[in-house]
Amino acid sequence: MSSLAEKDRPIVQLLLNTGTCPRCVLRFCCVGSQMLYRHPHKDLMKDLQEFLKNSQEEEDTVCLDVADPPCKRLRLEHREEEGADDLKHNGAVPQLPSADGGNAAVESSPGNVCNVCLGILQEFCEADFVKKVCQKVNSADYQFTSFVFSVSLPPQLSVRERAAWLGVKQQMRNLGLPLPKDDIVQLKEAYKWIIHPQLSEELCVPADGKSLFEVSVVFAHPETDEECHFLATACPDCFKPAKNKQSVFTRMAVIKALEKIKEEDFLKHFPCPPSSPNNLCDALEIQCNNGAVFVAGRYNKYSRNLPQTPWIIDGERKLESSVEELISEHLMAQFKADSFNFSSSGREDVDVRTLGNGRPFAIELVNPRRIHFTAEEMKRLQQAINDSSDKIQVRDLQLVTREAIGRMKEGEEEKTKTYSALIWTDKAIQREDIAFLDDIKELKLDQKTPLRVLHRRPLAVRCRLIHTMKSEYIDEHHFRLHLKTQAGTYIKEFVHGDFGRTKPNIGSLLNRTADILELDVESVDVDWPPTLAD
Amino acid sequence: RICVITLAEAHPLLQHGKTIKNINYQISANCSRLQNKVSGKSKRPCLFIFQMQGAQFLTELAPLCRISSSDGEEYTIYSCIRGRLIEVNENILSNPALLQEKPSTEGYIAVVLPKFEESKSITQGLLTQKEYEEVLLKRCSSAS
Repeated sequence: MSSLAEKDRPIVQLLLNTGTCPRCVLRFCCVGSQMLYRHPHKDLMKDLQEFLKNSQEEEDTVCLDVADPPCKRLRLEHREEEGADDLKHNGAVPQLPSADGGNAAVESSPGNVCNVCLGILQEFCEADFVKKVCQKVNSADYQFTSFVFSVSLPPQLSVRERAAWLGVKQQMRNLGLPLPKDDIVQLKEAYKWIIHPQLSEELCVPADGKSLFEVSVVFAHPETDEECHFLATACPDCFKPAKNKQSVFTRMAVIKALEKIKEEDFLKHFPCPPSSPNNLCDALEIQCNNGAVFVAGRYNKYSRNLPQTPWIIDGERKLESSVEELISEHLMAQFKADSFNFSSSGREDVDVRTLGNGRPFAIELVNPRRIHFTAEEMKRLQQAINDSSDKIQVRDLQLVTREAIGRMKEGEEEKTKTYSALIWTDKAIQREDIAFLDDIKELKLDQKTPLRVLHRRPLAVRCRLIHTMKSEYIDEHHFRLHLKTQAGTYIKEFVHGDFGRTKPNIGSLLNRTADILELDVESVDVDWPPTLAD
Repeated sequence: RICVITLAEAHPLLQHGKTIKNINYQISANCSRLQNKVSGKSKRPCLFIFQMQGAQFLTELAPLCRISSSDGEEYTIYSCIRGRLIEVNENILSNPALLQEKPSTEGYIAVVLPKFEESKSITQGLLTQKEYEEVLLKRCSSAS
């Protein structure tokens, strides 16, 4: 094996002897060739044994006492107890010529689970597992153009890897050889080298670290779960009390503790080399998740009896339906998402209509199964929503990015809105009495938090501007007022005065008692999302 | 449910001939309703009631203010509602006539927010306009 050098021989020898699989051996020797890891398991084992044999024949090397005894014992036991036939069966040492001095490698037969990777770089690289994952992906019926494969490993793997590495260092010291580099190939990385091409081929899409479609697998090895526990006594401050019912031995906590603990302490508590486990890891969950997609648009509200979000008190629904439900119902069905988050550029009350170009909104669809929609399809979706209800209408429905949502929220605080209010007065009015309102520009208001929202907003005084007004006389007790105001102005309170807590107000301006009968939003002056041609 | 405390229709101060001389929110040496500090916990809109830190908690008999009229009488206005004092109306300090001209709107006395759990029982303990008028009628007839 050309990737391995003479300096690696004692490492390969030791690891193979103590129950480490060929791929982990390559990792510990810092072999960086991805292709090599993809070779079948058996071939790698053969190559490693060849490597060991050749080295011995070429260089009259050190017959290592340390490696021998366990090996020899194993062979002897088998020979005595079970006879030659059983040797292969039990995965015992293949009979090499006795001249080699017993430096043979223990073959990792199907029964032997690697003492470092617990089978991850063995069984879980095979076609069977790949097929299992792909079956899960295909049955989940997601639309995707690439994937990212994320793997969750049991924390004790880090512990075992440390133990095996300490064993290697110990061995090198005993041999008087220089200590090898610490930066071995990471298990997760090697695993992905092997499994990505296989998954990619089965799923017919490339692996991409930035993909929004995530296939995740959680591995567990209950048999060895308690191996981490000694770290809690050695480094107690690394382990915070458990949240919910989760184990306090998280991967992060274990890695942190391993960084802190001294070699001597580690070796006191943990066997080196690590023992061979009886079982493989379990692949607990194979899950799929698509990154959220965002749909934006503008909505009109024609009902005076519809809340923007569901109105539920004490579990009881006070009013049927809501703007967000009427819009998202269709989107949820088409995108096949798990859930949604609705947000908009400001809101209006239940009894207020939204006219004109409507109010910008955005819906985040969480974990959608379908993500590809052409402009045509979006138009059809928009039409379906509009056909389904006369209470709301949507326009400019389109897919947008997460960043675009920021534009919408800007609008909420900064942009102006225009309204139309139907106003009643107690004392009679004539046209002349309200004409002056049209001339008032940039009227400054001081609005205390309206009484009607005091139960959910803090008490404060807001300064707001009424930029312009235009009045329309109706009769002695009614007129319509069009206003253009700063964002965040409470219009109803400007009309009736809210017990004198909004000053000035229409009542104080007209020297009468005024009340608001109807309010409509005429425009929300935000130029987002982009207007779509019909 | 937010409560606005105002003078009842039949209150002596709202009867003919009374002029308000002074309104005082200083209840005792240590307690002034004007120094009621209310700060909300959260600026974000939320659907449930959140605690008003620091606001004075009132019981039914907690005095809100004392009003003296020019004929020498002094009246103590009580909260009548258990809850947190949100604000007192400072407009009537600068313009006492407001209290008599618009007792049910701009001349209000205070705003009180009962505890969420007590809201229902408090509302049920109040009289409707009709029931109040009946009480007044009975009062008049028993007085005569």
